[in-house]
Amino acid sequence: MKQIKKILIPYSLTICIFYFLWKALALALTREVLPHPEDAVGAFILSLATMDFWGHFVASGFRALMAMVIAWVLAFPLGIAMGASRRVDALISPFVFMTYPVPKVVLLPVILMIFGLGDLSKILIISLILGYQVLVAVRDGVRGVHPQYLNSIRSLGANRFQLFLEGYIPAALPHGFTALRLNSGVSIAVLFFVESFATLTGLGYLIMDAWGRMDFDQMFVGILGMSLLGVVLNESANILEKIVCPWFLQQRK
Amino acid sequence: MLKISNVSKGFNGKLVLEDLSLELEPDETIVILGPSGCGKTTLLNMISGMEKPDAGHIEFNELTVDSPSTQIAFILQDFGLLPWKTVLNNVALGLKIKGVAKKERTEIARRQLKDLGLQGREKDYPPVLSGGEKQRVAIARAYASDPKLLLMDEPFSSLDAITRENLQDTLLSTWKTTSVPYLLVTHSVEEAVFLGKRILLLSGSPSRITGVFLNEDFGRPDFRQTDAYFRLIRTIRKQMGESW
Ligand SMILES: Nc1ncnc2c1ncn2[C@@H]1O[C@H](COP(=O)(O)OP(=O)(O)OP(=O)(O)O)[C@@H](O)[C@H]1O
Ligand SMILES: [Mg+2]
Repeated sequence: MKQIKKILIPYSLTICIFYFLWKALALALTREVLPHPEDAVGAFILSLATMDFWGHFVASGFRALMAMVIAWVLAFPLGIAMGASRRVDALISPFVFMTYPVPKVVLLPVILMIFGLGDLSKILIISLILGYQVLVAVRDGVRGVHPQYLNSIRSLGANRFQLFLEGYIPAALPHGFTALRLNSGVSIAVLFFVESFATLTGLGYLIMDAWGRMDFDQMFVGILGMSLLGVVLNESANILEKIVCPWFLQQRK
Repeated sequence: MLKISNVSKGFNGKLVLEDLSLELEPDETIVILGPSGCGKTTLLNMISGMEKPDAGHIEFNELTVDSPSTQIAFILQDFGLLPWKTVLNNVALGLKIKGVAKKERTEIARRQLKDLGLQGREKDYPPVLSGGEKQRVAIARAYASDPKLLLMDEPFSSLDAITRENLQDTLLSTWKTTSVPYLLVTHSVEEAVFLGKRILLLSGSPSRITGVFLNEDFGRPDFRQTDAYFRLIRTIRKQMGESW
């Protein structure tokens, strides 16, 4: 209950402020460019009852979620290996840090040529962007673990596998989740970009299609839908983090 | 049972400990006193099997020590409790690593915590505990895996005087009931005299054992109030003044 309150209050406050700003802007722009918030929200609520909207929402959600899962499955273990072993780090980190400043989005044409125009490419480009963030955060997190903690596990007779299980992995988890959460916004942005071509599903398509038809109400249905997806992804990462890293909860009190 | 013969250890070409020999009997307790940086932690690391001596030999119950084992429990300087595990799981960790089933290790850990007056704190995480509570958890964890020898690295140094004496009493009474021998490292002469049946001074560069004191009245009730206690403290202080 307290948990729900903690989420609801800031959200409703944000929505109120946002509503007034939007309303003011809609009144200022007299032409039909910007629909009034109640019209847009009305259209959005109506569309919530249509299969069409949910089809797009689920398509986008699936892509974003798969991208997060792939990024995590690849980057988390690799980040731990780099953080824990100097040898692995020496081998991989020059490559990682040289390519780190490259905006991964520009690799999209390459990915499209290799993996085709379908969902796989759309998912992979987001995974690539997210994966880098998770990789670097986890690697630095593991490097920063106080040696005393590892010694304490070792002194109990732990083998290397147990050292990872009881030490490196739990130490790395919060870093990985924070990276995932902070970058969920970026993944939605990239999602919008990759859904604007070569597909007839997804909220990005919904927005671009409505825009082309000058159907601004529908366009805002797409925009609000993407915002909703962003919120859902962010909060899921948040809740998952709280379940997987319960010690963080008590520390923050 | 513990036999250290002619052990030397250095780092980066600088010798820290030189030709150190020492034996610990099964019913004994040893306290090592020495200035900061003289190699006390290094010595305990080698006994626990976490580090290897450059020269010499360490034997525990006739077996060479070359890696950490559950026979020897080590309470690290600054606790070494894992912040991501509950108090209960911290205490049970040694048993988990040993492969003890969950139900059994939880039961043992609970009992151990109860013995140290920490029931009700099982689900807390170490960062919310006080210094003294953390230290009691660390002691509980050390005893949980039924060790044959206990190593302690300045276990009470960050505590206030009252808590410190309370925990010294706890340690002593635990020793009397379990008779698990311990080797404790400290900066405090009072602590050394209260907890050590034998007290060793470690000093010099590289360090050697520069003094050995037999504490005949060790473990007597109200020892802290007796003349023997103060006499030994004075003797050690005097020797320290000469050799440090
Ligand atoms: N892993 C290491 N690498 C390099 N030097 C080390 C290492 N461990 C210890 N030393 C050095 O060895 C010396 C002894 O260190 P040690 O930690 O054993 O001292 P100590 O007696 O425990 O001191 P304190 O009372 O401050 O804890 C120090 O000069 C330290 O810098
Ligand atoms: Mg030390």
